[in-house]
Amino acid sequence: MSNLSNSNNRKKLLLMGRSGSGKSSMRSIIFSNYSAFDTRRLGATIDVEHSHLRFLGNMTLNLWDCGGQDVFMENYFTKQKDHIFQMVQVLIHVFDVESQEVMKDIEIFMRSLKQLKKYSPDAKIFVLLHKMDLVQLDKRQELFDIMMNKLTGTAIEYGFPNIVGFATSIWDESLYKAWSQIVCSLIPNMSIHQSNLIKFKNILDAYEIILFEKTTFLVICSSNNENNNNNNSSSKITKIDPKRFEKISNIMKNYKQSCTKLKSGFKTLILNDSIYVSEISSNMVCFIVLNDPKQPQQLILENIKKAKVFFQ
Amino acid sequence: MSTTMETNENIESDSKAMVLLMGLRRCGKSSICKVVFHNMQPLDTLYLESTSSPSLEHFSTLIDLAVMELPGQLNYFEPSYDSERLFRSVGALVYVIDSQDEYMNAITNLAMIIDYAYKVNPEINIEVLIHKVDGLSEDFKVDAQRDIMQRTGEELLELGLDGVQVSFYLTSIFDHSIYEAFSRIVQKLIPEISYLENMLDNLIQHSKIEKAFLFDVNSKIYVSTDSNPVDIQTYEVCAEFVDVTLDLFDLYKETLTENEKGRNDNKPVARELKNVSELGNGVILYLRQMIRGLALVALIRPKGSDIESCLTIADYNIDIFKKGLEDIWSHSKIEPDKFNTIQN
Repeated sequence: MSNLSNSNNRKKLLLMGRSGSGKSSMRSIIFSNYSAFDTRRLGATIDVEHSHLRFLGNMTLNLWDCGGQDVFMENYFTKQKDHIFQMVQVLIHVFDVESQEVMKDIEIFMRSLKQLKKYSPDAKIFVLLHKMDLVQLDKRQELFDIMMNKLTGTAIEYGFPNIVGFATSIWDESLYKAWSQIVCSLIPNMSIHQSNLIKFKNILDAYEIILFEKTTFLVICSSNNENNNNNNSSSKITKIDPKRFEKISNIMKNYKQSCTKLKSGFKTLILNDSIYVSEISSNMVCFIVLNDPKQPQQLILENIKKAKVFFQ
Repeated sequence: MSTTMETNENIESDSKAMVLLMGLRRCGKSSICKVVFHNMQPLDTLYLESTSSPSLEHFSTLIDLAVMELPGQLNYFEPSYDSERLFRSVGALVYVIDSQDEYMNAITNLAMIIDYAYKVNPEINIEVLIHKVDGLSEDFKVDAQRDIMQRTGEELLELGLDGVQVSFYLTSIFDHSIYEAFSRIVQKLIPEISYLENMLDNLIQHSKIEKAFLFDVNSKIYVSTDSNPVDIQTYEVCAEFVDVTLDLFDLYKETLTENEKGRNDNKPVARELKNVSELGNGVILYLRQMIRGLALVALIRPKGSDIESCLTIADYNIDIFKKGLEDIWSHSKIEPDKFNTIQN
């Protein structure tokens, strides 16, 4: 029975894909503070590497980074299948877009889906078409569409109609977008955060507030979400960069890294008296853009302090 | 060759501080130029074509700076090429040596150029970049530097030039060493450098600042710093802080300036960039926009006293510093004109 209560907070994420597709690289960047450049020193993953990551305090992500060499793969699907595929919440399947053996990649994907259907039929499936930076800019969308068509078709065959796909690369912010969405799909009380955030936005008279997880800087939610977007997309929202969330993740992650050179973490940042970045709970950081830069700094900081209670 | 003659004339009439970038072919001159002054990603420099004709680029920081890149395969001593005039107008000669290649040829070439340049213009600063050291191990770097310095010394002695001052820098475009080297090179060309340093010293003494840099925002080289020794880590953090500030500001530039306008009844007020960030261990990173594309970045350590008052003092002192900078600049701007009229 203890298993049941545990399963609420412990999420098992399977990271699958052929050897060399970039699974460990992305894991190191998102969860271990590697820079994209650092990943070249990573070696091949042997068997399964488990990492337990605390995310948003009470949630633990059990990330199973499954080494992709054929020998290991064969093992996963035969001897270890019940061990690997049981109680999986999320399968993240990584495809190398430059791969020479696309058919073999898809075959592995099919076999994972088959096992997954058997052992954890409720799992969510994400596919990442990785190393997109190697594809010419104007061909990326086309390639993405073709691959996604094929993969969605396959997934439906195996009884997973709702797979989500992303084009990613470790060299730009696309990786953060994909992982933010993956992780968000696991957060149960998202709507509470969302409504709190909108209230907070109105109190501060802010233009926008974005909530980030503290260690990974993945986006949790923002005050200008879809529903808002539709209302006034014509006037305000269109002017700002639609990719800004991921970009902020990227920028702030770099900044955090440079702070470690001074042997410290970052606490607050105030830019031009109108952008405030500050911790709002032990595991979240809020990014606030104000409408009026003339509001006294103390007031804003005090408000952030007061709001902390609501974001525990 | 008429084009080069023209550029030479321009250089002299502009009385700009001029940096001449030289070196054998494929030693990395263009890459340096692109990375430092054009914000190119270091990895992208792999695809640069070889430079075939001299290229001149202007940058204005506190001083107006011109960087001229000469292709490695050019023969400077051809009679048709007016190198005499070129060297006379140059403030600093930067010679790039590829440390991963056989460098004997480069050293001989360097000695010849120094010989010539020094005769034409004894005031010239000679700077040698021992480049591409990212590929060398720590021990080997030092060995290479010692070897190159010694051999250059010997070559110069042979030519009877033992009094020439040559500075050496270990550089790579993949870390901050190239910015550091260029910072020092450019600093030597700024006539007001000693005033700036004094002002910064004054500033840090009175505002609990541990280290202050005056950055050129575009290239991230520092135009000046206080007289405390530069720790490369501190420099890196400050340079990255400039990046963070600009990146975040750019994302919301439209909305921020829009809001500003709305509140001020459409009076276009140019607001200076300011960024203050507090770290977990109490250190504060502080950035303020100054004049002419410069920004002051300071590392403040409150050491127990309260952060609020610390920042207020820093704000006030930096206001004064900025005024001082404006004063210095307004005076230095007159001088070249005066100089010209006297000459005329």
